[in-house]
Amino acid sequence: MIGGLFIYNHKGEVLISRVYRDDIGRNAVDAFRVNVIHARQQVRSPVTNIARTSFFHVKRSNIWLAAVTKQNVNATMVFEFLYKMCDVMSAYFGKISEENVKNNFVLIYELLDEILDFGYPQNSETGALKTFITQQGIKSQTKEEQSQITSQVTGQIGWRREGIKYRRNELFLDVLESVNLLMSPQGQVLSAHVSGRVVMKSYLSGMPECKFGMNDKIVIDKQGKGGSSEDGGKSGKQSIAIDDCTFHQCVRLSKFDSERSISFIPPDGDYELMRYRTTKDIILPFRVIPLVREVGRTKLEVKVVIKSNFKSSLLAQKIEVRIPTPLNTSGVQLICMKGKAKYKASENAIVWKIKRMAGMKESQISAEIELLPTNDKKKWARPPISMNFEVPFAPSGLKVRYLKVFEPKLNYSDHDVIKWVRYIGRSGIYETRC
Amino acid sequence: MPAVSKGDGMRGLAVFISDIRNCKSKEAEIKRINKELANIRSKFKGDKALDGYSKKKYVCKLLFIFLLGHDIDFGHMEAVNLLSSNKYTEKQIGYLFISVLVNSNSELIRLINNAIKNDLSSRNPTFMCLALHCIANVGSREMAEAFASEIPRILVAGDTMDSVKQSAALCLLRLYKTSPDLVLMGEWTSRVVHLLNDQHMGVVTAAISLITCLSQKNPDEFKTCVSLAVSRLSRIVSSASTDLQDYTYYFVPAPWLSCKLLRLLQCYPPPEDGAVKGRLVECLETILNKAQEPPKSKKVQHSNAKNAILFEAISLIIHYDSEPNLLVRACNQLGQFLQHRETNLRYLALESMCTLASSEFSHEAVKTHIETVINALKTERDVSVRQRAADLLYAMCDRSNAKQIVAEMLSYLETADYSIREEMVLKVAILAEKYAVDYSWYVDTILNLIRIAGDYVSEEVWYRVIQIVINRDDVQGYAAKTVFEALQAPACHENMVKVGGYILGEFGNLIAGDPRSSPLVQFNLLHSKFHLCSVPTRALLLSAYIKFINLFPETKATIQEVLRCDSQIRNSDVELQQRAVEYLKLSSIASTDVLATVLEEMPPFPERESSILAKLKKKKGPGAVSVTELEDSKREGGELNGGGDRGPDTASTPSPSADLLGIRSAAPVGAAPASAGSLLVDVFSEAGTTTTLPSSSLFWLLFVCKNNGVLFENQLLQIGIKSEYRQNLGRMYLFYGNKTSVQFASFTTTPQLNVQTKPVEPLVEGGAQIQQVLNIECLTDFSDAPLLNIKFRYGGALQNLTLKLPVTINKFFQPTEMTSSDFFQRWKQLSQPQQEAQKIFKANHSMDTEVLKAKLLGLGTALLDNVDPNPENYVCAGVIQTKGQQVGCLLRLEPNAQAQMYRLTLRCSKDSVSRRLCELLAEQF
Repeated sequence: MIGGLFIYNHKGEVLISRVYRDDIGRNAVDAFRVNVIHARQQVRSPVTNIARTSFFHVKRSNIWLAAVTKQNVNATMVFEFLYKMCDVMSAYFGKISEENVKNNFVLIYELLDEILDFGYPQNSETGALKTFITQQGIKSQTKEEQSQITSQVTGQIGWRREGIKYRRNELFLDVLESVNLLMSPQGQVLSAHVSGRVVMKSYLSGMPECKFGMNDKIVIDKQGKGGSSEDGGKSGKQSIAIDDCTFHQCVRLSKFDSERSISFIPPDGDYELMRYRTTKDIILPFRVIPLVREVGRTKLEVKVVIKSNFKSSLLAQKIEVRIPTPLNTSGVQLICMKGKAKYKASENAIVWKIKRMAGMKESQISAEIELLPTNDKKKWARPPISMNFEVPFAPSGLKVRYLKVFEPKLNYSDHDVIKWVRYIGRSGIYETRC
Repeated sequence: MPAVSKGDGMRGLAVFISDIRNCKSKEAEIKRINKELANIRSKFKGDKALDGYSKKKYVCKLLFIFLLGHDIDFGHMEAVNLLSSNKYTEKQIGYLFISVLVNSNSELIRLINNAIKNDLSSRNPTFMCLALHCIANVGSREMAEAFASEIPRILVAGDTMDSVKQSAALCLLRLYKTSPDLVLMGEWTSRVVHLLNDQHMGVVTAAISLITCLSQKNPDEFKTCVSLAVSRLSRIVSSASTDLQDYTYYFVPAPWLSCKLLRLLQCYPPPEDGAVKGRLVECLETILNKAQEPPKSKKVQHSNAKNAILFEAISLIIHYDSEPNLLVRACNQLGQFLQHRETNLRYLALESMCTLASSEFSHEAVKTHIETVINALKTERDVSVRQRAADLLYAMCDRSNAKQIVAEMLSYLETADYSIREEMVLKVAILAEKYAVDYSWYVDTILNLIRIAGDYVSEEVWYRVIQIVINRDDVQGYAAKTVFEALQAPACHENMVKVGGYILGEFGNLIAGDPRSSPLVQFNLLHSKFHLCSVPTRALLLSAYIKFINLFPETKATIQEVLRCDSQIRNSDVELQQRAVEYLKLSSIASTDVLATVLEEMPPFPERESSILAKLKKKKGPGAVSVTELEDSKREGGELNGGGDRGPDTASTPSPSADLLGIRSAAPVGAAPASAGSLLVDVFSEAGTTTTLPSSSLFWLLFVCKNNGVLFENQLLQIGIKSEYRQNLGRMYLFYGNKTSVQFASFTTTPQLNVQTKPVEPLVEGGAQIQQVLNIECLTDFSDAPLLNIKFRYGGALQNLTLKLPVTINKFFQPTEMTSSDFFQRWKQLSQPQQEAQKIFKANHSMDTEVLKAKLLGLGTALLDNVDPNPENYVCAGVIQTKGQQVGCLLRLEPNAQAQMYRLTLRCSKDSVSRRLCELLAEQF
């Protein structure tokens, strides 16, 4: 169980310190600062053990969040909690920065009291928290309202309160995916996976029951076997194999386990319905073809071609290709057909930006890099070329088949709900060796 | 950064540094540095020539980036270019970069060396200094190779500036320290010594460091420096504080130089020249006198400088150790410091006094401060000072004040810091032993020690108590009584239980008369502690119990009951279980006589160096303990320990009591001879040693087939043997070698055999060897080997050894050659069943033909070839000559290589002979 939680600024000064258990002393604060934040070598591991005490840390911009424990806790639980904590904080006061943490420290302590009890994580649902931890002064609640909060928070459906009413029942569903790729210079895929999230925003009245369907291979196959012959062939091709997935607490897991159907009573407002990962049949939106030629000791010629590999009707956005340069670069000349390219000395890389690019196109950049002869004969390690982009489809091939809403008590039906579905595919670590 | 004039200031550098300082995060810093590096690279690209200023600026930036911890792999060339600049600041930055960043890069080193050479040969003193500093800062082997011959020349050249001389001396010192083989002595050495007379104090100070270092390697070459140093010292000491202007530090004239001079003098013995010596003594007296003068300044620097000289002078006095007057004065001076306000001074005073205490002249003077030191031990707030006080108490201890000091240390021990407890315990134990007049006091002290700081009492300490108690009859009763009382305390330290168990097991009978400590009470007391102890202690207690059975037969039933209970006899610990089972069987099967023999009282231990001393020495390193009488004593703790462990090994033979008596002969063959001779604390494993020591039986077996070798060896004594036999006569030379450095007194040997011997000399000097000749005649056939009893005094204790002499019946063999037909004829003649002895046994050694042949020949018989139809088999024949008769013997040995077995058949004209030979030989193969 988490023994304590500390928040530091980039200098290692403690902004927030909350200790939940007696086995964590004051010196733990310093131990982390000395051994991790001020460490001579940058600490890579997110888990550090110092004197039989474990420190789990995450970093958000310049802020360090560290959970401390002396016990053998489930590390993934601790990290999940830390990420959740970040989400909650940013839901309350926006960006997590030193300034914001300092301005909201009372609120943070209040939140920490609420979401961790003696080191055990409690309800960390932003929506629910916001009902009783508020930022502005609100008019004092009546007795009934207070008791309602208690019963709701401790009740079976802790993430949604009763009596919500909207004039327009609306629902937004985003499929957000990030593609990760490592490709050899010859174009061989060394590793690739997609990690995706289904994020929803719901404005629904009452206590609606929702059912979410997608082209999950297992479900489709089962149905295919069931005998619905008319779309068996078609959907069988389009179904995807999900390697693993996790759900928001509102989803009934028992139903998913037995029928693999996703049914839930949604929280109000923003939430993440599910996360998943796929590794098979990924559509790689871009192909990077590098060509590096060393001309003598003092010159390097680099040519990079990118090809977009999706329907020509779709437009990719925010394309950025980052070509690392050797550490002894003394000058760079660039020619590119499209977009803008620049040598960024501070990052030791050429950054090539293209605003928009349609599918089935290709573009090229060529660079001439001048090198300064150095003393040591260390060879340049040739780090991979990385790429960033955003495409309006799901590279995993995931499709939303339906999202049904039932509200038996209030009289609106599935047809009355306005639903918006959007697919966004982003690049994760999208690298090609050169 | 050097202070640079405004026009010379590098604005770009300042901006860069302030940018870095303002970076919010590490990432931002790295970005800024990358940007700067790219900028510098583009500048160094070589398209257009850079002026000196920008080169300097960029090199400076690179240096700064390097010092921030980033790798720099370019810019070296530019830095080397800066070296050839004529501007001081540019040259300086160049040298700075080189001395920080240079690595043994071959091409650059040559360029750098060239630049340095140019500067060294220039007439500009600043440039020369820069070059010298760079050489010293780099100090690599390459530098030494290039310049080791150059620098002495600069150092002794007449026209060199003083500041350059200073730098040259220190630079040479540095090169000498890194690669002494490259700095060759030459004619310059004598001239270096004369630098001590230089006008410039700075040069003298630098030169003296060099001379001190050089003279440690070749003291003879620099001998002349002593008189020069003395005269220099006397000039400084006698000068008024205003004489030396720049070199007066808070009214003390040239303190650093004085300290260095005094330290140089410590490298040499007292000067022989009377005049020089007189002058030096005068100086030292002046320094001691000055310490008495009221301080000229209240500043701490003044007293620091003054005391530094004083302490250095005192260590010189201690080093000479020949001026009683000065030693006593030094001691008094230190005595004053003992009560000084300043903690550092008290520390230093205690430390110096520690060395003073070992000098014969000042020992008494040191002793007068005992009260102060004891007070320091009790009241000092700093643990390191208390530690020094304890050291000093230890050093000043002698017979007259031992009781007081030991008592004080014991009482301090109760409150002592954990870090120094163990050492204190050792010291108390040593002092108590060393100065014990009355051994009951010793026993009291050690038991007290265990009571107060049991956790810190190492094994050696309590082994030692037991050794002493066993060796001294007069304290045994007292010890038994004291441990009995000590054990009655409700909470007893485990070490106390160990000592108690051991001593009561041995000497419990001495106090059994008193009804308050009747056997049963003793046993119950011990057993009440049993369950709180660790396994080794329990094992020891079990041994004590079996000793109880011997001492007090009336406790037998109770003890057997205890041994029989499940927690003992089925203990999960093998050691304890085995002891319980064996002791139970031993007590129930063996007769009282056997019991009494097996469980006899321990023989006295050989008198040895106290192992505790060795331990203390090891702990502190030489020098810290001022005991000159220490010599390298072996670690006995391990051996004592080994005894406890080895007991069960030897006792693990399956057969009961009969074998328990002969434990020694059953000692595993694998046991190394040296360790087998160990002295054993453990009661049980010691049981059989009254007759023969284990090693001897092992060695003895080897002698069946050979005549020369080492018969016995332990820590004290080595016995070698050389023997020759003809017919029924034999002559044996015994060599007794004393392995210690102490003489053995009243050394006597008595062979229990009808042999003619000359008595040995009663004294065996340390390290010496004496010889004894035995003339042996075989009267009739025999089976038991004659015994040799050796007695001597080592230190105080009487040593008693009984050895089997390697005289066996086969020594009197005469080889007989015969043909195959003869052999088989005789073989048939000796066909009576008593005449034949046969044994089938497993091979103990490898079945190598050559080795077997050598052994059979060593036996004394003739090895007959081509007799047996099976070439694998060995056949021998011989006649044993005794005075009365001759016994013919035929032998046949049939090895079976697959099964690793032998069949040995012997036929002799006398049946007892064949049986005996068969037994003897069976152990040989």
